[in-house]
Amino acid sequence: MPYTLKVNGKMQTVDVEPDTPLLWVLRDTIGLVGTKFGCGVGMCGACTVHLDGVAVRGCQTRISTVGTKAVTTIEGVGSTDIGAKLQKAWIDHDVIQCGYCQAGQIMNAASLLTKTPHPSDQQIEAGMAGNLCRCATYTRIKSAIRQAAGLTPALAEAPAPRQVLADAATAPKA
Amino acid sequence: MADDASFPASGQNSGFQASRRTLLKTGLATGGGLFLSFGLEANGALAANASPMELNAYIRIMPDGAITIMGKNPECGQGIKTMLPMVIAEELDADWSKVRIEQALSEPAKYGSQVAGGSTATPTNYDPLRRIGAAGRQMMIEAAALTWKVPAAECVADMSAVAHKPSGRKLTYGQLAEKAASIPAPDLKTVTLKDPKTFRIIGKSAYGYDNPKIVKGEPIFGIDAKRPGMLYAVFVKCPVYGGKVKSAKLDEVLKHPGVKKAFVVEGDGEFNGLASGVAILADSWWRAKSAREKLVVEWDEGEVAGRSTAAFEKAAAALKGQPGKMPIRKDGDADAALAKAAKVIDVSYSYPFLSHTNLEPQNCTAEVKDGKVEIWAPTQNPQPGRQIVSKLLGVKPDDITIHMMRCGGGFGRRLQNDYMAEAAWMAKEAGVPVKVLWQREDDIAHDFYRPGGFHHVKAGLDDKGKLVAWKDHFVSFADPKDPTKFAAAADMGPTELPARLIEHVTMEATLLPCGIPTGPMRAPRSNALSFMQQSIFDELAHAAGKDPLQFHLEVLGEPRLMGQTGQRDSYDTGRARGVLEHVAALSGWGKTQLPARTGMGIAYYFSHLGYFAHVVRASVSNDGQIKVEKVWVAGDIGSQIINPTGALNQVEGSVIDGVSQALALAVTFENGHAVQTNFHEYPLIRMPAAPEVEVVFVKTDHPPTGLGEPALPPVIPALTNAIFAATGKRIRTLPIDARQLKA
Repeated sequence: MPYTLKVNGKMQTVDVEPDTPLLWVLRDTIGLVGTKFGCGVGMCGACTVHLDGVAVRGCQTRISTVGTKAVTTIEGVGSTDIGAKLQKAWIDHDVIQCGYCQAGQIMNAASLLTKTPHPSDQQIEAGMAGNLCRCATYTRIKSAIRQAAGLTPALAEAPAPRQVLADAATAPKA
Repeated sequence: MADDASFPASGQNSGFQASRRTLLKTGLATGGGLFLSFGLEANGALAANASPMELNAYIRIMPDGAITIMGKNPECGQGIKTMLPMVIAEELDADWSKVRIEQALSEPAKYGSQVAGGSTATPTNYDPLRRIGAAGRQMMIEAAALTWKVPAAECVADMSAVAHKPSGRKLTYGQLAEKAASIPAPDLKTVTLKDPKTFRIIGKSAYGYDNPKIVKGEPIFGIDAKRPGMLYAVFVKCPVYGGKVKSAKLDEVLKHPGVKKAFVVEGDGEFNGLASGVAILADSWWRAKSAREKLVVEWDEGEVAGRSTAAFEKAAAALKGQPGKMPIRKDGDADAALAKAAKVIDVSYSYPFLSHTNLEPQNCTAEVKDGKVEIWAPTQNPQPGRQIVSKLLGVKPDDITIHMMRCGGGFGRRLQNDYMAEAAWMAKEAGVPVKVLWQREDDIAHDFYRPGGFHHVKAGLDDKGKLVAWKDHFVSFADPKDPTKFAAAADMGPTELPARLIEHVTMEATLLPCGIPTGPMRAPRSNALSFMQQSIFDELAHAAGKDPLQFHLEVLGEPRLMGQTGQRDSYDTGRARGVLEHVAALSGWGKTQLPARTGMGIAYYFSHLGYFAHVVRASVSNDGQIKVEKVWVAGDIGSQIINPTGALNQVEGSVIDGVSQALALAVTFENGHAVQTNFHEYPLIRMPAAPEVEVVFVKTDHPPTGLGEPALPPVIPALTNAIFAATGKRIRTLPIDARQLKA
């Protein structure tokens, strides 16, 4: 079945079965692979994209249901104000470990901040609870969202731990 | 240094060899350290064009001054692609802001060991890579001195340039590169290393090099690989480990839209090789996956079909009070000491099998052409994969090119290369490039699991509350091929505490037949043994009527080194005391008034050459819900934190990963297959449950060591000890059963 989609502002025609998830149309047919596959059942959020600015799970969105809604992916979200702020905040807070979930995290956060421009910590936690990060960068994701929302100033340097010199009392005696 | 038997031993890690443009002599110095002299070809042809000057296998400098440094090891989120080049750039005196990093191919002849495992990259590469960078700096200074006809001692390097101090003249590395490349390379043993006090790059946070690409969704992960004419594959294996295809009906599969090929694969009978299964290749992954639903296959399940978690638990319970069949350690007479002890605790601990659940499911892309194989693999450990593919396809190892793609999580799963074998085999059979991608359900069903285990422990205190005897009967699992050997990562070494700290210690094991694949998972062994050991230490402290911190310090005793420094079986009680005392100070241990059903727990552990102590503060609601409020961490990984932001990120991630395991994770087995299928049954921690983490690094006068793993083990017992402090209920089985914590 042919379907015409608007992806990141560009019209694309694809010929796939109606039950094909948007995730796989993006990745395998259109070649936009920034959107990731994690679980296939809508439990991890790695495949999060926007339909008309609202976060959906790409693996649970059949192509036949997309219609004329504008599709935005991680490759295109940087052209929105909030997307660009989130991308910068992700870098400022050095959020990333493996990075695999982060496209979905940023897309979900963009949708969250569109609906709730100044979220409380609880709103951030509840709003991001559908996105797994296996490396567990959750504290940094939270901080980056706060910065993108303007709740905290931009971080000038990456986060760093405190370092102390061992005191002599703990030095081993050979 | 190696964490797994398949890793090359320490000392073999240093075999750098020649790139095509360089003449290198390589070998091991007496004492096992790195010896590398490299001389570049006097190469007029090279100089004539604008190609980059290759100072050595790691450093390329363009005439315009751009510096490229190779990232030698696989990147799986541990930050190594950024961190190891920092070490080279520091000694090279490069301008870090202009350094480009390129991921190396898997070329062990050129780069030595290229493994992401065992937290080994820092201890094995720190000194050799400093020398590589220092050699480059020395060549630049020499080139400038020759140009100016001045003594090299009058020249200094800084920010990718050399200055002549007396005259104030200056030449950039770009201007010097051509001449530097014609200078005989210095002996790496004798190059001068910088005084760490002058470091500008090491010790200063550097952002993850690939972060700008990742936030824009650029294709850098294994799953993103694409080749012209490539087919997408699913590979269907028997749910029971080691099971084989008996028969398969492929007609309906082949009729499915987009399916190009479907065939049965016999396999090689190795877990870490090619399994028996059915390959389905289509023009999109969704079509291959949809066709899979039409597959009718009959399996020969084999002997593992009889295994179940319930049977393992029953067998382990029956061994309580029985002698173990295999000795691990015997010091003194633990039985006699227990008989005389003033107090004895007699407890059983257990922990489950776990799945690595990398968020990027296993995948690999392969192309076989003209007798050569090219592979794009998100692997932590490419070299054994090369051997497997070489054997399977009958291709020489040198004819196999492996691109180490960024891994969407490693955690030890990608030390195995089964997906590589699948992709290479299917590409060969199909005659076109193939990308195999597993479903999440495949990933959980076909892991090399963190093995579960059971410990029946008796420990005795004397009348002063001093630990005097320890007896552990460890019920673990046998290697599928040898019932007298531990299964992979299912062993316990003879130096687990309290060995060497007290006089009477017996450690012995009984191995249950298993047949389920096991393997290392982040902080292998330690991630489980820490829970057992440090929970029991906490039980003993309470039995002795002592504060747990005080008890720990008494058990550790005076600062001293047991074994040889820098070895994994060594133990420095001073460093353990150091992190305990620092975490106690940081957390306000013993000085904090806590609300009802809120508690603090403390634990410490040494693994992968790092000493860590954690304090967890947790509260438990009346209906048993656990809230991990905060975790304080003190870590000692030596004299130098190379990339502070990366280091902190590793610790935060390790801590939350450990909490995740303790709260909810287990893989159980019925009829020889995993019960859990996806994240609804394997509930990884999510943001609302992730605690705040506060970290302090205790810097000691020891060589820097790795950080992918050692911050994980203590958090689990620190949490269960906090739950005891909050509720009086002792957690002896993981994951924590919240039902037993109701008020």
